[in-house]
Amino acid sequence: MAEVSVNNVTKTFGSLKALDDVTMDFPDGGFFALLGPSGSGKTTLLRAIAGFIFADSGTIRIGDQPVENVPVEKRDIGMMFQNYALFPNMTVSDNVGFGLRVRKVGAAEERRRIGEALDLVQLGQHGDRKPHQLSGGQRQRVALARAIVTNPRVLLLDEPLSALDKALRVDMQFELKRIQREIGITTIFVTHDQEEALTLSDKIGILRDGKMIQAGPPRDVYSNPADLFTATFLGEANILDALAGEGADIKIPHGFPTGGTLAVRPENISISQTEPTANGLSKCQAVLERRVFAGAMATCILQSNGNRIKVISRDQDIPSDVAEGDRLWLTWPVEKTLSVPSGRH
Amino acid sequence: MSGVFLARLGKLWLACILFFLYAPIAVMAFMSFNASQYYQLPFDFSLKWYEKLAGNQEIVDAATRSVMIALATTVIATILGTAASVALFRYEFRGKRFLQVMLFPPIAIPWLITGTAMLIFFFGVGLGRGTPSVIIGHVALALPYVIVVVSARLATFDATLEEAARSLGADSWTVTREVTLPWISSGVIAGALFAFAVSFDQFVVSYFLSEPGDSTLPVLIYTSIRKGFTPEINAISTIIIVVSMAVMLFAARFSNFGGER
Ligand SMILES: Nc1ncnc2c1ncn2[C@@H]1O[C@H](COP(=O)(O)OP(=O)(O)OP(=O)(O)O)[C@@H](O)[C@H]1O
Ligand SMILES: [Mg+2]
Repeated sequence: MAEVSVNNVTKTFGSLKALDDVTMDFPDGGFFALLGPSGSGKTTLLRAIAGFIFADSGTIRIGDQPVENVPVEKRDIGMMFQNYALFPNMTVSDNVGFGLRVRKVGAAEERRRIGEALDLVQLGQHGDRKPHQLSGGQRQRVALARAIVTNPRVLLLDEPLSALDKALRVDMQFELKRIQREIGITTIFVTHDQEEALTLSDKIGILRDGKMIQAGPPRDVYSNPADLFTATFLGEANILDALAGEGADIKIPHGFPTGGTLAVRPENISISQTEPTANGLSKCQAVLERRVFAGAMATCILQSNGNRIKVISRDQDIPSDVAEGDRLWLTWPVEKTLSVPSGRH
Repeated sequence: MSGVFLARLGKLWLACILFFLYAPIAVMAFMSFNASQYYQLPFDFSLKWYEKLAGNQEIVDAATRSVMIALATTVIATILGTAASVALFRYEFRGKRFLQVMLFPPIAIPWLITGTAMLIFFFGVGLGRGTPSVIIGHVALALPYVIVVVSARLATFDATLEEAARSLGADSWTVTREVTLPWISSGVIAGALFAFAVSFDQFVVSYFLSEPGDSTLPVLIYTSIRKGFTPEINAISTIIIVVSMAVMLFAARFSNFGGER
């Protein structure tokens, strides 16, 4: 187990900067997510850490060791691939034992550790099967067991859950987190799925166009996005700049930098039919355009001064007699206002 | 025209092709079991031409030499061809496309021309005629077949398997041995069988490159026919056909000709 640090790493493919001066620390034993839109360089960064790609400049360290000159097979990593990449000609046990055989740990030790790893992923009974005889979720577990059985210093995962359906994915997320806690391995995880990143990680890194836009604990990044892109990428945000209008009172919290863009997340807005009087609330009027019921929650789309506003709240918190076309009041606590530095997008 | 009629016509066409392909061979094989030296009928079953064959030291020597050369060619061409296929699959390098394209012309260039060129070349470098030249020539002819067959198999191989193996600590030789070769083994076997067939059935290049006393079986057959035809030739040809067809059928089986088994 070890910490990983990436310092000023740049990688170009032809004229394209896939990684542009990327810096991020991955402290020992943590769970980290790399998040960003398609083509932002997540896979490239992960593969550079793994050693499949060599950076043009900058340094990558695993533990205290710079790894520029260390080939993949000597980096002591565990990696899980999106398509699992299980060896089709080998049984589950042989797949899991591959890294141990390469390391020549001896037959008895090998058998013991394969057993342990399979138990950890709850596949103890399936050692003799071939990969094609397993379900998607089971293959996933085999791939994970294979990646961690050698006690690697760092575990790298490239969208490992994206091939699973929603329910299984949520199960596997918890499983992954449980196992990661149990063995305390530094884990770096690439995902498209903001929710997944926010739920699982101790720290997330947001990439765009090869640049590390922001890195930090999920809650910090969510409530203090570095720019509009991050604000809208990590969940949704209603931009407040153009919301002035009849009765609107949009308060700016103390200490906000001027010139930034103000925004508020859909889940922080409440809807009422009469003008609210409480202090410490920002408010404005808007016309309900659509109300979408989704079980416990409801999503409302409203229009105000030509701007779309999205509100997500518990269905029971919305007065039952509001109808589409009604003019309603929106309020949100001043401290829930996001100030997003502009100029970087 | 109705579909039924077209289907019938197609079947007839197929029958014609098979007939013209196999009828001469069948006649020859049939006559090799006929006692008469002059193809006289009625058919009189006899193995005497096969017995004579076994007593003909020249033919036995040539057959042995042919098999040895074919085996040597198979081993060399299969190893080189497989290594080349894996390298072409695994690495990106300047001139790779060019190299791949250049693999095909030797299959299309008439053997007569390849043979002449090789003869000139081997004399030019001082190697001259002889078994080593024959083997080198056969390897050169067989190599593109091996590469094409093995590469076709590699095209179905998932490269992330190699990456997975490396991430688990395997060096490139271990990756090749444990992961890549098991996947392409059927292609390698098919390639080897092709290489064997190309060498064993090779006439032109062998004729140009072998020394007069050291001819391979096809060369010996050709020179014997020029001296005068005997049913012994039928017998040895029948044996060659059976061996070649067996090899080709195996090759077809391993390379999945005609779709998945
Ligand atoms: N081997 C390569 N050669 C050329 N360009 C590449 C190569 N690998 C990646 N790129 C480019 O680098 C950029 C970053 O790619 P990368 O695969 O890291 O994106 P990503 O964030 O993982 O995207 P996705 O979410 O779609 O997987 C993309 O524009 C991609 O086209
Ligand atoms: Mg990717």
